[in-house]
Amino acid sequence: MENKTSGSATSESKTGFTTRTVVTPNEAMPKVWRRETKPHRFCPGCGHPIILKALAQAVEELDIQGRTVFGCDIGCSLLAWDFFNLDSIQTHHGRTTPVIAGLKRARPDLIGVAYMGDGGGYAIGSQHLLNAAMRNDRVTVILCNNTVYAMTGGQMAPTTLPTQKTETTPYGRDPAMTGEPTLGPELMAAIGRKGAYAARGTVANYRQLVKFTKKALENQLADRGFSFLEVLSTCPTNWRTTPRQTWDFVEDDMTRVYKVGEFLKPEDEK
Amino acid sequence: MARIVDDDQRMFMTGNEVLAWAALAAGAEIMYGYPITPQNEIMHYWTRLAPRFERGFLQTEDELSAGFTTLGGVMAGKRAFSATSGPGDILMQEPICMAEMMRIPAVWIIQQRGAPSTATVIYGQQETRLACFGGNGEGHRVVYSTSSHQELFDYLIKAFNTAWSYRFPTILLGDGYQGKMREAVTLYNPEDHGVKLVPTEPFVGRPGVPGVDRAPAHYRNTFNIEEEIYEIVHAREEEFEALTPQIVEFESGYLDEAEMILIGHGIVSRAIKEAVKLLQNKGVKVGYFRPVTLRPFPVEELRKAVEKVPAVMVFESALGQLLSMVKEAVGGLPVKIEAFLRPGVGICTDEAAEQVQEYLRKSSMVH
Ligand SMILES: Cc1ncc(C[n+]2csc(CCOP(=O)(O)OP(=O)(O)O)c2C)c(N)n1
Ligand code: SF4
Ligand SMILES: [Mg+2]
Repeated sequence: MENKTSGSATSESKTGFTTRTVVTPNEAMPKVWRRETKPHRFCPGCGHPIILKALAQAVEELDIQGRTVFGCDIGCSLLAWDFFNLDSIQTHHGRTTPVIAGLKRARPDLIGVAYMGDGGGYAIGSQHLLNAAMRNDRVTVILCNNTVYAMTGGQMAPTTLPTQKTETTPYGRDPAMTGEPTLGPELMAAIGRKGAYAARGTVANYRQLVKFTKKALENQLADRGFSFLEVLSTCPTNWRTTPRQTWDFVEDDMTRVYKVGEFLKPEDEK
Repeated sequence: MARIVDDDQRMFMTGNEVLAWAALAAGAEIMYGYPITPQNEIMHYWTRLAPRFERGFLQTEDELSAGFTTLGGVMAGKRAFSATSGPGDILMQEPICMAEMMRIPAVWIIQQRGAPSTATVIYGQQETRLACFGGNGEGHRVVYSTSSHQELFDYLIKAFNTAWSYRFPTILLGDGYQGKMREAVTLYNPEDHGVKLVPTEPFVGRPGVPGVDRAPAHYRNTFNIEEEIYEIVHAREEEFEALTPQIVEFESGYLDEAEMILIGHGIVSRAIKEAVKLLQNKGVKVGYFRPVTLRPFPVEELRKAVEKVPAVMVFESALGQLLSMVKEAVGGLPVKIEAFLRPGVGICTDEAAEQVQEYLRKSSMVH
């Protein structure tokens, strides 16, 4: 593990040949990642660790490692319960938002991050999400949209695309029967109060994802309002896709329904 | 109802698949559900089969919703059901309580997993107490604890009939092993086996204009006066007790001259039955008792079985949930109660036999 090459920097040697400086995984990792728990437990090609890497980078750049508490849900997000060098709480399915909101009420000096899946956030935990937004709770919710209930084996999620086949829509999702996909950031922008932040990023645009994550944390740091970030993610295991198909699905199919961008900024008039 | 198979059909399938077929056979018209392991495949098979048999399905936003939409379906007069496990079972208790109080014949399948709380998604018997007494109430519900795939099939059909006959919510209590393992089963049309499906009827939405053609249906689950609730709970209890002889089921064997009776429910009862046979073959006099209904509990039957026995041993994949029911049932009898408690893990035949032999050896040394 220590000697495995995971990334490299190139430099010119005296002889004119290009030599490679080996960067170990440890060096490439954000410091907020807990090395002892790597390699992580997500499937190859999963989007979750990209979202978590962006979070780690944002926490590092904002220098809030000492005061950030990470909450994760039941769903594949639970695989991150010991992922970071951050105090972490893995809670129940859908209940991460209220646990972190309660924590924040009791310790406003802490920065509370609630991390969950689309099932956890938009289905079973939807009332918590709505009410935290309407109370303008000073927490940061990051929600992974992978269009399925991944951990339970790929059932329909509120975000499943029309015609998409899942274990509970074996003949394809029919919006006439099951409704249209949930548009979370748009919803949060509609009900959000002044000072709130709502955006949708994607694992296909990492730099933008870090930027949005930082803004969602900075908003809490500035005590302005509720912050919500949905991230378009991948689940090759349940989608049963090859790497190329996976990428096409998140970049093309998903972005046709889910627009990437910022929907509500703290400075917006409400 | 459409026939689900032409003739009796021998199959080799998982328990969850059996349950989807059983629900079809039972004439279930709609399932409401939310994903949770280890019951997911009931939904997976149901969603594949339902359109072929013109049955309905709704995936809800959580188990509170799955439970309450089930109640809505039943009150519309449909054979409606839901399935869940573990933390979902906890959320399901609020709608189950409403069904208890309002006598709504809804059917629930509970595939137990490890507990407490989220725990493992594999197996357990730690929802025994929850299935029987979950919620704020007195446990006025019927709970069947199955032990084989054939029973999953037979008892789900029976669960719908029990619910609609007696108007108590009815639970089929299985577990992750039963849901996920494969074994042989015979699928059949109930009518081919002389089983009639009890007709359903709507609570609301009957023909006619309420207040004009007929009295309006007014259902409530709220009471203002202490004495009123006291009366109602007593009346429920009396009805439940009166129906107990018709509903209660158990299984027992080798009780005569037994030095010890092994007690277990659900899939654990299979291990103890095998253990009893194993020990009998060695000349050890032991018998077994298995409650099939946990609510109502076969109190009289168990008391009779253990009356003349020096000791019983309770086996369960929980930390004393069945044990406390057994203790309550046999209270006052001079029988010694031993237990082998394995929360969240299975119990094998050999282990069970060993426990019994160990106990008998020790107790004979004491004598
Ligand atoms: C009350 C309750 N109901 C159901 C479950 C089962 N369950 C575990 S993970 C999960 C779905 C997770 O899907 P999502 O939130 O989209 O996260 P993902 O795995 O896709 O990242 C469900 C339904 C549970 N643990 N608790
Ligand atoms: S099942 Fe899907 S979401 Fe879960 S770890 Fe694997 S790829 Fe990621
Ligand atoms: Mg998901």
